[in-house]
Amino acid sequence: MASVAGTREAGPPSRARLWLSRFGEHETWTAYLFILPWVIGFVALTAGPMIFSLYYSFTDYGVQQLAGIEPTKTVGFDNYRELLNDPKIATSLKNTLIFTVMTVPAKMCVALGLALILARLAFAAGFFRTVFYLPDITPPVAIGIMILVLFNGSTGIVNRALEFIGIPGPFWTTDPQWIKPALAIMSIWTVGGTMVIYLAALKGVPAHLYEAAAIDGAGPWRRFFNITLPMISPALFFTFIVLTIAGLQVFTEVYTAFFGAGSTGAESPDAALMNVVYLFRQAFEFFNIGFASAMAWLLFAIIMAVTAVQFLVSRRYVFYQGDSR
Amino acid sequence: MSAGAQENLPTGGAGTLTPRVPPADVGRVVSRGRGGEGPRFGWLKSVPFVILLGFISILALYPFIWLISASMKPQGEVFDNKLIPDNWQWNYTGDPTTVPGDEKLFNLPDLPVLTWVWNSVWIGLLAAVVVALSSSIVAFAFAYFRFPGRNILFALILATMMLPGAVTMIPVYLIWNELTKLTTEGGALAFLPDIGVNTQYPLWVPNLFGSAFYIFLLRQFFLGIPRDLFEAARIDGDNYFSMFRRIAFPLAKPALIVVIIFELQAKWFDLITPLIYLRDTALYTLPLGLKTILDQQGAGGGGEGRWEIIMAGTVITVLPMVILFAIFQRFFIEGIATQGRKG
Repeated sequence: MASVAGTREAGPPSRARLWLSRFGEHETWTAYLFILPWVIGFVALTAGPMIFSLYYSFTDYGVQQLAGIEPTKTVGFDNYRELLNDPKIATSLKNTLIFTVMTVPAKMCVALGLALILARLAFAAGFFRTVFYLPDITPPVAIGIMILVLFNGSTGIVNRALEFIGIPGPFWTTDPQWIKPALAIMSIWTVGGTMVIYLAALKGVPAHLYEAAAIDGAGPWRRFFNITLPMISPALFFTFIVLTIAGLQVFTEVYTAFFGAGSTGAESPDAALMNVVYLFRQAFEFFNIGFASAMAWLLFAIIMAVTAVQFLVSRRYVFYQGDSR
Repeated sequence: MSAGAQENLPTGGAGTLTPRVPPADVGRVVSRGRGGEGPRFGWLKSVPFVILLGFISILALYPFIWLISASMKPQGEVFDNKLIPDNWQWNYTGDPTTVPGDEKLFNLPDLPVLTWVWNSVWIGLLAAVVVALSSSIVAFAFAYFRFPGRNILFALILATMMLPGAVTMIPVYLIWNELTKLTTEGGALAFLPDIGVNTQYPLWVPNLFGSAFYIFLLRQFFLGIPRDLFEAARIDGDNYFSMFRRIAFPLAKPALIVVIIFELQAKWFDLITPLIYLRDTALYTLPLGLKTILDQQGAGGGGEGRWEIIMAGTVITVLPMVILFAIFQRFFIEGIATQGRKG
């Protein structure tokens, strides 16, 4: 049944012709029927909205337009100029960047350390894997609340523990200097998923490589740097990208702990103002849709740029087993 | 064919998400398990490492224990950092006719916590089942059929996985806002039920269209099913859809469970969508409800607020996930590990 393209090689019609001709086939149309849900979703919930978003970023769309009272006016690059003038944009970008830089390498190192030990343990590895994964299934809202109670300056257990070893702890949740470290430490707590990915990667390293290295007299450090690291580099790279993208979009924990209608702790400190938090407030608290759309595109551009740089840099270091991709 | 054998196979390793299919594929099944590992410690050498990890475990588990014990304390003792409360107090349920300011979690005035739990449960389950069905149909098409445009479209799916949600968040809201105008009084589609902003539809309807990551995951799974199985079904006279329904879908059970669990978790975690769309407290899901409790009861940050209620609310948000994890641990771990393998 599978229409075999290969059998038609005899007469050489152009490849485009061949490609088009397959639209005449029953199988092609069935396939398109099957993927129709995704196609509709892609048009209605991804591609379409992206185009709209781009359009709105050049308009003054706001509360009036949302309610249908006033028509939408295009304002050229005003929203983008406003991005440069609004000092909170720079603040939120800086905060988000600092948070990402604090969390991503730390999470990767902690996860790798744990995974390396777990992969070698003779017993209890399954137990520890479960324990270290548990923080990852904690809802982010709950994590936001944990930040408030565990890092509370006067009563939190973190400062109690620091006191115990003779260090006076800072007021994590109110001191602008210490809010991001508190958020970062809590984020590092949820390292289990990354660890599981590394663990799976470590199990995929063929044992014969280690045997060969041992015969050649390579010590544990040489084996680590020359076998383990290159062999799991795709997993390292994958988590590097994913954690960075997630870090640049951090929202729920931060919003829960420091923003919203309530009077929780500090009053919406600038030091915790993250990119997506500010975007959310502009769009859905102040309904500056046009401006927020411009913010969204700025964020998109930043994430794409960072990811592109990561891809370029990693090309030298990531080793794919088997095929060269 | 596989359900029975599956239980006997070691978990961990490259397991659940490799389709387990009839004898044709014995080689793959055998090569699973603990194969290909680096040097391992002996029992004796493991001991110091186990002790080290034991200490780290305390860091991982402490917040949970703190939380549960704090939720069992009377107001004012929540922050005493004692793991075993001096005075025990049940903060979850109580007499509804109690003095104002002393209500328990499930009878807080104007905060229908039990409704939120129910909302989170049914929306999560519905969203998860819907996304598993839609994604698996799409994934099957990408795995089985060879059609023009397949590679381009699949690359597009992979690309959307990288897309930051913040970009589409606002325009998607505007679409729902338009739907609200259409379906409420005076709108052109007023005969339809009220869908749009301040309804729960935006929380699960997008799942009807599949989700990029799940499509990717399920396609990988379907690719592992030998093509002969499908061709045999074709010869038996199955059409494409019954081939999917009778062969691909049942075989994909492990992968479908992973999808359902991941989506349940995603819905259980999601704060921003309900925050954008829901206004009436009766419609809230648990994360938004918990945030509301925090905002209302947490005044003062340290001493004043009713933090024992907030802690109880946090416990009922955390605990269902822990239970789900306890039951389906294998699928959680396999799903995460598979994510890494796509690198």
